[in-house]
Amino acid sequence: MNRNLRTALLAGLGVCTMTGVGFASVPLYRMFCEVTGLNGTTQRGLRAPGTTGEKITVAFDSNVSPKLPWKFAPERRADTIDVGGRDMAFFKAKNLSDKPITGSATFNVTPSAAGKYFTKIQCFCFTQQTLQPGEEVRMPVIFYVDPAIQNDPDAKDIREITLSYTFYPVDSGKTAS
Amino acid sequence: MTDTALHAHDHGHAHDHHDADHKPGFFQRWFMSTNHKDIGTLYLIFAIIAGIIGGGISGLMRAELMHPGIQYLPTWLSYLHGSDVKFDDALHFWNVLITAHGLIMVFFMVMPAMIGGFGNWFVPIMIGAPDMAFPRMNNISFWLLIPAFTLLLASPFVGVGAGTGWTVYAPLSTYGEPGPSVDMAILSLHLAGASSILGAINFITTIFNMRAPGMTLHKMPLFVWSVLITAFLLLLALPVLAAAITMLLTDRNFGTAFYDPAYGGDPILYQHLFWFFGHPEVYIMILPGFGIVSQIIATFSRKPVFGYLGMAYAMVAIGLVGFVVWAHHMFTTGLSVTVKMYFTAATMVIAVPTGVKIFSWIATMWGGSLSFKTPMVWSIGFIFMFTVGGVTGVVLANGGVDDYMQDTYYVVAHFHYVLSLGAVFSLFAGFYYWFPKISGKMYNELLGHLHFWVFFIGVNVMFFPMHFLGLQGMPRRYPDYPDAYAHWNQVATYGYMIMFAGVVIFFVNIAWSLFAGKKAGDNPWGEGATTLEWTLSSPPPFHQFETLPIIDGGDRH
Repeated sequence: MNRNLRTALLAGLGVCTMTGVGFASVPLYRMFCEVTGLNGTTQRGLRAPGTTGEKITVAFDSNVSPKLPWKFAPERRADTIDVGGRDMAFFKAKNLSDKPITGSATFNVTPSAAGKYFTKIQCFCFTQQTLQPGEEVRMPVIFYVDPAIQNDPDAKDIREITLSYTFYPVDSGKTAS
Repeated sequence: MTDTALHAHDHGHAHDHHDADHKPGFFQRWFMSTNHKDIGTLYLIFAIIAGIIGGGISGLMRAELMHPGIQYLPTWLSYLHGSDVKFDDALHFWNVLITAHGLIMVFFMVMPAMIGGFGNWFVPIMIGAPDMAFPRMNNISFWLLIPAFTLLLASPFVGVGAGTGWTVYAPLSTYGEPGPSVDMAILSLHLAGASSILGAINFITTIFNMRAPGMTLHKMPLFVWSVLITAFLLLLALPVLAAAITMLLTDRNFGTAFYDPAYGGDPILYQHLFWFFGHPEVYIMILPGFGIVSQIIATFSRKPVFGYLGMAYAMVAIGLVGFVVWAHHMFTTGLSVTVKMYFTAATMVIAVPTGVKIFSWIATMWGGSLSFKTPMVWSIGFIFMFTVGGVTGVVLANGGVDDYMQDTYYVVAHFHYVLSLGAVFSLFAGFYYWFPKISGKMYNELLGHLHFWVFFIGVNVMFFPMHFLGLQGMPRRYPDYPDAYAHWNQVATYGYMIMFAGVVIFFVNIAWSLFAGKKAGDNPWGEGATTLEWTLSSPPPFHQFETLPIIDGGDRH
């Protein structure tokens, strides 16, 4: 193989590698967000570690995609809870249409620095929800705020965390990436 | 190194050979060209045409922005889509204009002129090579640009036009703008990217393997260094853009949800991918300009460039650090304080190698025997403009300050000072510097100076007030604004008119010089011009260096 061809093939290999890196960044970015809490990605846990006595306020925010004919709102606007303690909040969803519809909720918290410490034990957002025409359901989310938040210089001053959900219709034609 | 050519044993005057100037017929020469100089000329012509279109669009934008309110957009749109124009469509047409202006200037003006035009013309000659490594691939690189440009220009005629901004952010580009226009713009980017990647492979192979005997890497002229580094940036950055916009296309048309939060995607991911390409891209646009200016400053100071190795490795450093600062374009996407601190600090680090370059240019001039020919005044203008744009860049690099500045006219002023004034000034400098070599005719020195001064005043009157507008909070990408911003917007539009007059002088100069210019000798710039292109005739023979020049082995830095 002559030198020019070899150099060109090496350069071509670089192009292929970077194209691969571009596509591989989709799962890598998701993993990165889950590990670091970037973009307010929340964590999942099994049991709360126990209260520390510090109080923190969790506000609840709800949004519905314009394509989904549902009403969706939290029962209470905010809870003041113990850091490290378990809390349960309820959201109400109602199908306003005359067809059964399946939706799924995406979620994040703000400030995003709190994402690493906001841990859900159980959530309606982990699964898809199907509502019959006119049906109304109460949907629980069980969560705690990791006491480690008090040791994080970026997050220790946070006194209020907003947990936000957005419900979207599940379109069978689309697949999650 | 710039003084290598003085020591070439064989000056390669290929015009002594009878077959060196045998040119193919017109169609074969220009449409099936494999000659690096002809392809370079095609690239330059292409870039000039694209520059006229892109610059014309900015004229439309400045006309609309001259006064508060919407004056012309509905009328202009009615020329495209008939008289029944909805007001919202007219506003969308504004987005189409800004998108087209950005994409054309980046992908179809600056890049083809810098890399395809001057790179093709002078990289092989400066390293003593007869041609590029893969002449046919060179041909494909150029001709891919034609369908790319056609797709972009045709998009507003097929649908409502792509109004996504040159950044093509999701979700606006995924489900915010249905229709074929955005698909065509994305495909246009794919083709332009493929063209640049092929060109980059070609340059890397040529520079690594085809240097004349004795032309070591550390003796290469700085322009060749700059194109080599640019080629690596293209090679590593453009595939990421290709991946990102391919996912846009599949999100739009094939039911994927890479950027759709409803299905677990994330639109912020698109911004990360885009700017991982986008930040190196701004260095892709400016590094060859650094190279051009280095050659010119040394030539007209009659001195080798100050700190040659420092200059070369400053560009390497800028290229490397340029890959790890992308999120300073995304300070308002909710990054944590720690992340913002890193990207602020990393961005400011780039000011160090850039400062090395600025001071080395000044040190090159210091004590030199300066002659203020047109290329030299453009180069000095470049240093001034680029420094102004660099300083506002350091301001914007602060994560905290940028929360306020994000997407204001301050940002518009900043990147126009480094690109529209930095990159474009270096292009004009290179054009005047090499015009005698390319055409064999001398340009008109008086018109060249006049062009410089009118253009210099025009662009400063146009862009400097945008700093004020930005600090007062005027957001970019809107066709209308409150009356409070009226004054400086009007001044900016007057600046455009002055600049336009400067461009007219430029074209008069080209036309005058091509028809009536004095014949240029081999080296019209005298002893300061030491690179190999000045050892050849003007214009150079169709095939140069049939016998490779030998470069002196002595270290003369």
